[in-house]
Amino acid sequence: MTDDYIKHKYAPIIPEKDEWPVVKLAKSRKSFVQSVAGISKDKIISITGNNLDLLKEELETTLYREKLRIKQNPWLVDPDDEEEFWSEVRSALVQGSPDPNSTEEEKKQFYHQILTSITTRYAEEIASNFKHSHYKATRKLVTFGFSRLLNAARVKGFGSIFSKQFTLQDKIQIIGETDQLRHLASKGTIVMVPTHFSNLDSILIGWTISTLGMPPFVYGAGLNLFNIQIFAYFMNALGAYKVDRRKKNLLYLETLKTYSSEAIQFGCHSLFFPGGTRSRSGRIEDKLKLGLLSTAVEAQRANYEKGALDISGKVFIVPVTINYHFTLEAPSLIREYLSLTGQERYYKESDEFSTSYKISKFLVKFFTKGSDISVSIGSAMDVLGNYVNMDGESLDKDQRVIDTCDYFLSNGKVTVDPQREEVYTQKLGDRIAEEFHKINRIFSSHLVAFTAFEMIKKQNSKMDLFNLLRLPEEDLLLSYDDFRSGCQRVLNRIMEIRAEGKVHVAPHLKQGLDDIIAHGLENVGMYHAKRPLIKTEDNKITTQDMSLLFYYHNRLDGYELEKLFK
Amino acid sequence: MAMSSKNSSNNTDKPVGVIGIGSFGTAIANILAEKSTVIVYARKQEIVDEINLQHSAEGRELHTNISATTDPQLICETCEVMFPVVSSSGFRDVMRKFAPFLHPYHILIHGTKGLVVNLPKGKTISQVDKIASDNIWTMSDVIQNETVVVRVGCLAGPNLAKELAMGQPAATVVASHFNEVILEGQRLLRSDRFQVYGNQDIRGVELSGVLKNTIAIASGALAGLGLGENARGLLISRGMVEMIHLGKALGGQTQSFIGLAGIGDLVATCSSTFSRNYTVGYRLAKGETLDQINASMEEVAEGINTVRLLQTFLQGSGMRAPITENLYKVLFEGFKVEDALHFLMKYPFNVDIDFL
Repeated sequence: MTDDYIKHKYAPIIPEKDEWPVVKLAKSRKSFVQSVAGISKDKIISITGNNLDLLKEELETTLYREKLRIKQNPWLVDPDDEEEFWSEVRSALVQGSPDPNSTEEEKKQFYHQILTSITTRYAEEIASNFKHSHYKATRKLVTFGFSRLLNAARVKGFGSIFSKQFTLQDKIQIIGETDQLRHLASKGTIVMVPTHFSNLDSILIGWTISTLGMPPFVYGAGLNLFNIQIFAYFMNALGAYKVDRRKKNLLYLETLKTYSSEAIQFGCHSLFFPGGTRSRSGRIEDKLKLGLLSTAVEAQRANYEKGALDISGKVFIVPVTINYHFTLEAPSLIREYLSLTGQERYYKESDEFSTSYKISKFLVKFFTKGSDISVSIGSAMDVLGNYVNMDGESLDKDQRVIDTCDYFLSNGKVTVDPQREEVYTQKLGDRIAEEFHKINRIFSSHLVAFTAFEMIKKQNSKMDLFNLLRLPEEDLLLSYDDFRSGCQRVLNRIMEIRAEGKVHVAPHLKQGLDDIIAHGLENVGMYHAKRPLIKTEDNKITTQDMSLLFYYHNRLDGYELEKLFK
Repeated sequence: MAMSSKNSSNNTDKPVGVIGIGSFGTAIANILAEKSTVIVYARKQEIVDEINLQHSAEGRELHTNISATTDPQLICETCEVMFPVVSSSGFRDVMRKFAPFLHPYHILIHGTKGLVVNLPKGKTISQVDKIASDNIWTMSDVIQNETVVVRVGCLAGPNLAKELAMGQPAATVVASHFNEVILEGQRLLRSDRFQVYGNQDIRGVELSGVLKNTIAIASGALAGLGLGENARGLLISRGMVEMIHLGKALGGQTQSFIGLAGIGDLVATCSSTFSRNYTVGYRLAKGETLDQINASMEEVAEGINTVRLLQTFLQGSGMRAPITENLYKVLFEGFKVEDALHFLMKYPFNVDIDFL
């Protein structure tokens, strides 16, 4: 992978939209939802060990939690008949219990029926509403609207609004293994796994996929996003299915995983944000959520079980990093990170992405001022994290072709072993995190934020993080010369790491150091009211918001660069 | 861990591989041969001939179900499950030799209680001043980094080869992240005289086996000084604390160290004159030098390498491990055993147990 991007027009890999897996899936939506519900039901029965008492307990827990959720945490997007549905479930469970004298078989039927009604409802809730006409309209809107704004801002003079000099590809640079991705997408099934820093990511990735000439991917988007109308429209247009993080019961989670696994088996390219939610700290994800990832492993095994041994049944994992100078939500994300470090909580709907108005305002700013974004496409891997070649064959570290199916064999047969797949999923998660760090593209703003934070930290080496963030203004000053030499050291080390192939850098890091610093200062968190890093009039470097500086600094976590400041 | 083995029916007739035929390899091959056909890989043609013609390996008797080959390809194609039991110093080379013939369906359960350092290309341990725990590989790390095999397990526990060869009752731990590997190990090894436990913390179990070797050297040294059971009791319990301290820093879980592979093996090796590591300590205390001892031993005592490696790790991490540090001085810096003991008796240990 080179550091430079090539502006490129990509022909669609499947010109005929009726051939798109996502369109085929939309056409057979009804039967697909039914089969997801059915398979989920079977899985849940098997998880409860075919034990009716355990199943009954799961049903009751689900009912209890759903009732509680409806009462305590209702959302705009929730369907109106929710109360009614769960009340029926309740009356079925409480009053309608089968006659104590009824046979075991009758009891079984009774509970299985309740189970089916719930998984069917969940599957229906989760299923996407992809409409090709909406997709086309959205695509046009995004490409046209944004490139108008862009040209208006960059090309001087009257009529600039009609200029075609700049396209979105200048603003959002796509780099990396695009040819491999396009090729494999036409032969097998892709699971794309991007880093996740901002709610803007979904749209960016959607745009990237379409620019690369690939049919839309299905992906799980947080249901909370559907609360915001502008997003709901985009999401539906892009083929998103809905993930409701409020529902943590076994029935829902199994149905969700089944939906994802079945969609992959159906041949739909998929997209997961494996970090689960946006990175609160600004770090590149290293602990991934394995739930959805496990469905990629499961789908691969299921394809092999069905005898799809060639590339058409192969699942390819493609890591992607999205690199910004600026994350709109950074202030609230880092605040949340600092206040709860680790504990899981529902989305607060008060952040910068909470209304359509705020988002539109940001988009206009974003496209009219200079702050570039790049999307790095990593090398494709099989579900065990082995690299694959252009023909989709898995390679070992000595470039020998190996058969991914062998990972699922025992005694020469494909076997189902959930515990084994759990370990494989962990391995895959580790590999993805490793690849994220490799394909990450370092920007000037990351460099300056990292250096400044580490220097301030070193000056106050006895303080823990929370005290550090509360330092008074006068302790936050760095002389430009010191700062410059700090940046030089970090940059040198980055270039060494890059030479080892373990990270990438943006082309603007190849200018003179003062230019890099100026570029970094100008861009780091540029739209925030309080800037994370500025140069004062008397040539000092300081921050207006230490937490934000910490956030942008975290982007370079995981490369052991902090050792330079010990 | 359930003791029943699910998939016992259809591959009982498949041969099982054993890679390396030292004293422990011989003992494992014999146990396996009670239930399965066994194919042994050995590097030297004369040993292979001896096995195939005389049913013995360097004079140690072998079961008639055991045959041997020098061909890694043949053994990889015939066996799905193999037990690598070669010394840690040769382990990596053997795995590299096998790598072209191994596939992801293979299961490898190793029995090697040692560590290797993974350093940047072209560097040796004496050229670097510190190593981190990421650079310290157990044998399962070696397997996973040098080959495509993921279903990896290890064997550890009080398994003194000489006692196993006499058919005395014993037990072992098969550790693996994969239940199927544990079940397979149990199916292949278990007999009326050999009990097999399972553990998922493979790193902890491997480290138990590795770290107890250093304590065994110390135990031999105490015996060589003519000290009695009080001293050994003291050493075993303090040695245990040190094992857990180091083992946790290297990524193991405390529980594994107080299991069969930890305390079980520690007690056995610290008391047995059959143990190579114990013998090294004993002869050191009797005044021999390390070179003299090494020259006269048939197989390496893994504990010696482990002490050298741990010393470098300790220097880099700033951790303290008094027994290991003093062993290093005795082994490599000409320190007298008496002086090391004297130092340890003065060392300000004061808390008995701080790891639970």
